[in-house]
Amino acid sequence: MGAGKTGKARTEAGAEAAVLEMALHVRRGGFHLDIECSFASSWTVIFGPSGAGKSTLLRVLAGLELAESSRRQSVRVTLDGETLTDSAGRIGLKPGHRKTSLVSQQPALFPHLSVEANVGYGLKALDRPARLRRVAEMLELVDGSGLKDRRPADLSGGEAQRIALARALAPRPRLLLLDEPLSALDGVASDALLLCLQGWARESRTQVVMATHDASDALASGAEVALLHDGRMAALGPAAEVLAAERVRLLSRLGFVEKPGAPKPTI
Amino acid sequence: MDWQALALTLKLATVTTAILLAVAVPLAAWLVLGRSRWLAAVEALAALPLVLPPTVLGFFLLVLLGTRTALGRGIAGLLGHPLAFSFAGLVVGSVIYSLPFAVQPLVAGFAAVDPALVDAGRLLGAGPVRLITSLLLPLARRSLVAAAVLTFLHTMGEFGVVLMLGGDIPGATRTLSIVLYNQVENFDYAAANRTAAILLGLSAAALAAIYFSGRGLSRRGLSGRGLSGQRTNGRGQNGQGQDGSRRGGSRA
Repeated sequence: MGAGKTGKARTEAGAEAAVLEMALHVRRGGFHLDIECSFASSWTVIFGPSGAGKSTLLRVLAGLELAESSRRQSVRVTLDGETLTDSAGRIGLKPGHRKTSLVSQQPALFPHLSVEANVGYGLKALDRPARLRRVAEMLELVDGSGLKDRRPADLSGGEAQRIALARALAPRPRLLLLDEPLSALDGVASDALLLCLQGWARESRTQVVMATHDASDALASGAEVALLHDGRMAALGPAAEVLAAERVRLLSRLGFVEKPGAPKPTI
Repeated sequence: MDWQALALTLKLATVTTAILLAVAVPLAAWLVLGRSRWLAAVEALAALPLVLPPTVLGFFLLVLLGTRTALGRGIAGLLGHPLAFSFAGLVVGSVIYSLPFAVQPLVAGFAAVDPALVDAGRLLGAGPVRLITSLLLPLARRSLVAAAVLTFLHTMGEFGVVLMLGGDIPGATRTLSIVLYNQVENFDYAAANRTAAILLGLSAAALAAIYFSGRGLSRRGLSGRGLSGQRTNGRGQNGQGQDGSRRGGSRA
């Protein structure tokens, strides 16, 4: 909008990615979320155990959690130099007006609407033919073209999550927030969908922030990883560095034992 | 049989129900979705007519809308007659008196809609109006029917407010319950029986309609979850859950 697009960064691949900057101090009962950092990678994984604050962080980024500014609470989020939330300046773009989509663990499909109407819900600005085209395109992306006339009640857990993903992607967000969206899919389907999602994000230049407590998901995406612990950012960097300990743990469980001096396995 | 009184009663109940639904749907949605710290006070105020004696409410309105106050004189000047002792005055009284019967079923129904669905709608760009028309009302359809029927019946049977505010003017303010009262006062028990039977029959038929429509809708499988209003866990969990800000947090 009014703000200039100043915060461009160049990733190693040379593609331009938006910079998501945040300074959050949020109190939720006894839980404190204190995070100041910026995500410059086009795909950032937030990794941490349950209760580390991943969901709260994503909800704040999506604009669903509004913290009233006070001595102990403040929220500032900017994407590409544009302010999405600034509690001190009383700026808070509404969830639907920040070109941000959030897919959570719970698909939350509208039970009274068909799959097609669900995916098209966020496309009110488009005329009918364009909307139907976009819906078909999104359903194809998540391999759900055959489901378009079904009701959410008739979908399996995995199908519902794929439709929820299609619904979130349909308005072409600039920032896609994923809160363990693949939890109901089995390993193979989850890997396939993750791969296709990565391709889509690269093509459409969407910045993705994905929360997971699954180290293999985090490592598989090969992205930048933010390690979240107890409401604080413990580390931020390439997956191989930040998750070195997790990687060793996973490998040893698979039977690879790292010996000092031996060449490292290339998984 | 006083057909004029029956027609007037039905007219009053219809007009009151129409006005109240137009007022109560946005009010209930605001109470459920809003974050303002004043919501508790507004909710209490909306429930006040439930416990206020109808004669007290009728008396206050009689004074307020009569020619004793500036407001009453202003309205009288505008309409050409005072609002008290007129059909329009009865409508005002009925709307206030029946407000809780429209608001409370809607609040319960809207609050039973999963907050995650409302969040999803917000994220996809829906404003308050679209949230109400595309999500809350379709998912709480039974509550809307219940609110309409309860409001209608409650208005049909009201007595205290009507007597205090409207008096007993045939064709303008004489409703069936006033007729019934007059018949009993005149020891005309046969006529009183017929009038009471009409009121009883209308109430029973309307309630039966609510319960049958509810069963029919959920049997059709049209998302029995949303229509039955049984899933009240949405509200309860939200109060303590990780996203306690939506409803629970705003009150704290």
